[in-house]
Amino acid sequence: MILETLSIIFLVLGAFFSITGAIGLFRFPDFFTRVHAASITDSIATLLIIIGLILRTDFGLIAVKLLFILIFLLLTSPTASHALAKSARHGGLLTMAETRDDKNKEAH
Amino acid sequence: MLILAATCIAILSVMILALARALKADTVYDRILGVNMFGTKTVLFIAVIGFFSGRPDFLDIAIVYALINFIGMIAVLRFFEYTAAEEQEDDTAKEDRTS
Repeated sequence: MILETLSIIFLVLGAFFSITGAIGLFRFPDFFTRVHAASITDSIATLLIIIGLILRTDFGLIAVKLLFILIFLLLTSPTASHALAKSARHGGLLTMAETRDDKNKEAH
Repeated sequence: MLILAATCIAILSVMILALARALKADTVYDRILGVNMFGTKTVLFIAVIGFFSGRPDFLDIAIVYALINFIGMIAVLRFFEYTAAEEQEDDTAKEDRTS
């Protein structure tokens, strides 16, 4: 019974964090802040939801597959977000602070 | 069982929001970000649907999807990194020619 309630708590928290991430995607002004919002909630939501699912199964092949998905996603989603930010940086995308400094320089 | 349905709906709404972000994007990197978030959420969605419908073999699909999503992400980024670099080279090349 305790495992059931624990898994419900984990699933609810995971769903909540993924929704906040999606909202963060829209509310943040700049690309680099959006990458930050999306990738952080990606990791935490994955962690919580998959732990919530693991609590629902007794230890066996299913739990091992879930653990593999969890470890793989926790390793690759930050890497992908880092590669995205690096590629944006190389592509000449300026951060909000830099665009503001350029505007100040042009103004004076 | 109800909580699994609620999580499915939550993840579906996040996927729709991520796609909306990808469509409304101003830079190309926003699109890649939206697609990346859509991909990771699909992996979670398949896992939760697997539990919701009582068929645990969906997890293999989720594993394969996670693998392909990551490879696709890195491939797209590698592609954009070089075209962006080529654009800069074209500008400098043009300047050399014109100046």
